[in-house]
Amino acid sequence: MSKFRKKKKGMPAVNTASLPDIVFMLLFFFMVTTTMRETNLVIENPRLPAATEIKKLEDKSLVSTIYVGKSKDANRDGVGFNKIQLNDKISTADQVPAFILSKREKIAEQLIPLMTTSIKADKESNVGTIIDIRLKLRDVNALKINYSTTAGKKN
Amino acid sequence: MARRENPEINAGSMADIAFLLLIFFLVTTTMNVDSGVSKKLSEKPPIDYVPPVIKEKNIFEVNINRNNELLVEGDRMEIKDLKEAAMAFIDNGGGTGNPDEDGTPGKACDYCKGERSDASSDHPNKAIVSVQSDRGTEYGTYIIVQNELLRAYNELRDRLSRERYGISFEELEESFKDAKKSADLKNRVEQLRRKVEDIKISYPQIISDAEPTS
Repeated sequence: MSKFRKKKKGMPAVNTASLPDIVFMLLFFFMVTTTMRETNLVIENPRLPAATEIKKLEDKSLVSTIYVGKSKDANRDGVGFNKIQLNDKISTADQVPAFILSKREKIAEQLIPLMTTSIKADKESNVGTIIDIRLKLRDVNALKINYSTTAGKKN
Repeated sequence: MARRENPEINAGSMADIAFLLLIFFLVTTTMNVDSGVSKKLSEKPPIDYVPPVIKEKNIFEVNINRNNELLVEGDRMEIKDLKEAAMAFIDNGGGTGNPDEDGTPGKACDYCKGERSDASSDHPNKAIVSVQSDRGTEYGTYIIVQNELLRAYNELRDRLSRERYGISFEELEESFKDAKKSADLKNRVEQLRRKVEDIKISYPQIISDAEPTS
């Protein structure tokens, strides 16, 4: 009988003292691996057009983004929806090849044909600007492009 | 004596606090997936390049002017009618297709359901959609037009895929992607790849951008 009682009494509680450590570790892991967007927009956040036949961009490291839209600072850059932003500043279409080449330097050679250029342009931009960019992209053989859009409703 | 009375801080709720933080971060982190209309540009032609002569009837001409109005094959059109018109053009199948790479002469389109009129395209692989826009056209309109044209192609591919394989083209591509990822059954991947290629070759997307008017 005494043996029986001993067993019941000796059941220890699971030690949860290290649980916070585990959870904190998870928390820090997520905080560290979350990457922030590294470019900050000089133009106003472009209002993307909507489309239904869209494809997702798979590998972020192979994507270079070109923004087109209205400048936040009209006094410095002028008005209109046709400002091109490369990296962190307003540029012209002539600087697109240099931008693409600088992106290519960081990528392994066999992956270069897989690189995609994502164009995030405002609805009210003009096609002329886009075509200028496209011609420059063709000059440096950056042939895969993606016109960034939002997902529209299918009907 | 006083030392013994100093109680331990209860750390039991520490885990709850940390969990709360963790869940907060998990919920507020947005993965913004970039998506959009993909296009492949044509390569830069050599200087002495002579463009091939293409019959007028194999070109579907879409013009967008600076007031975002549409002119299709010489007539004004609303955007909502564009898809139907493009589908009718691509799917016409009035003649024979391009010869194969190995030189066998092109066959008539046996899967087309169009009118087979002599005035429209010969074969889906000969049908070229040419979009010409003004430099002043709004980008939004341009994308809508591109999207409508892609929809026309996708609808035709979908129809053919359902006919031949019993599932929609989207599902076919999806299952091909999944099979590639798991990569356990080599011949299943190969089989699916052939199906996808078959549909894509039957209705190739030939959308070209003509020089803009200014």
